Amino acid sequence: MLSFDFDYYRPKTLQEAVGLFQNADRNGKKPMYISGATELLTLGRINLAFTEAAIDLKDIVEGNVMQFEQGYLVIGANLTLTKIEEANLFPLLTNTSSNIADHTARGKITLGGNICGQIFYREAVLPFLLADSQVVIVGPEGVTVKPLNEIFNEQLILKKGEFLIQVATDDRYIHAPFISIKRRQQWETGYPLITVAALKIDGEVRTAFSGLCPFPFRSKKMEAALNNHELSVKARIQSALAEVPSPILNDVEGSSEYRLFVLQNLLEDVLGAFD
Amino acid sequence: MKLHTINLNINDQVRTVTVRTGDTLLYTIREKLGLTGAKPGCLNGDCGACTINVDGWPMKSCLMMAVEGQGKQIKTIEGLGNTLIQQAFVEHFAFQCGYCTPGFIMNCHSLILKKPDADDSTIKEWLESNICRCTSYIEIETAVKSALEKNKHHSN
Repeated sequence: MLSFDFDYYRPKTLQEAVGLFQNADRNGKKPMYISGATELLTLGRINLAFTEAAIDLKDIVEGNVMQFEQGYLVIGANLTLTKIEEANLFPLLTNTSSNIADHTARGKITLGGNICGQIFYREAVLPFLLADSQVVIVGPEGVTVKPLNEIFNEQLILKKGEFLIQVATDDRYIHAPFISIKRRQQWETGYPLITVAALKIDGEVRTAFSGLCPFPFRSKKMEAALNNHELSVKARIQSALAEVPSPILNDVEGSSEYRLFVLQNLLEDVLGAFD
Repeated sequence: MKLHTINLNINDQVRTVTVRTGDTLLYTIREKLGLTGAKPGCLNGDCGACTINVDGWPMKSCLMMAVEGQGKQIKTIEGLGNTLIQQAFVEHFAFQCGYCTPGFIMNCHSLILKKPDADDSTIKEWLESNICRCTSYIEIETAVKSALEKNKHHSN
């Protein structure tokens, strides 16, 4: 139960959602788009999230699609991770997202909520970073389609009043060889020490990470090092390790030194899987 | 305080209830509707003690606002009537203190409905959503496998 009250809206259209946001913003209500609402409930409970106007996007049709269109797999941001896993149209996404939280919670967590959330793991974005996916953004300026890698820098960069409604992925990435590994401190549930997702396309390995830094990322510099076939596997991994962005997480899940040790082994596993 | 009067379809009955938008479904069903089977545990979506069924799927009721429940078919442990999984929990002593039991049963009930042919890895994946501090996991696993098996015979 949240300690604060807010207006609750269930718009049916994209335009209605944007209008509600703008109106609430004009009235100083700190509006928030929600879909699964899990972060509003869990972070709001401990006063790390607040709104006076929650605009629930889950009834908007465009956010609930999951289909192939003109060579692209289009996935609505309102779909829960469980629905996406059940359909299993993008195996790398299934494999990566099926390790987020737990099965029941994934029945409430949505794709858009995970990608745009405050929590820094946001593992559902990793497959889309690797696949150069396009994101469909809705806001006061209308509907725009942008390359994810251009507007994802530690987080999805959205202007005030904008929200993510769909992610479109070129079919050729859907069927590319992939591997996804989540390493935890212990056991098989809970937050990751590191999650790596990787795919091989056009002879090159692509990698994206969560849990290593306080943001999910894909590093072209790390990939260049990993794909430098003039070097031994060991040397390629050492070169990649030198390109890890900073800061490296150092928390109760694991020290930064330990994370680098785990990362080194993960990279060996990734390269070994594609050899 | 912003109050909303909403209709919730719970255990095949339409219940009219006045809620705050910030009320979780867990709080509402326990404190406003008197259905205390779903248990408050972590209140953070981690422990599964508050698990109910929404449209047949397991749902942690602490992760759902009451206002989101409109138009959904909600089932709590009170809505089950001597189901196979309840019988199996008794037969296999799949509990000790019992606090987590309603949540486990509702999760297992959904599993039997949605995945009647669940293999070991599916059972494990689903049941990892719930925590039993008494560690009755082996007995719970035995109970759910027994109920799945009996369900197959009932269905055939």
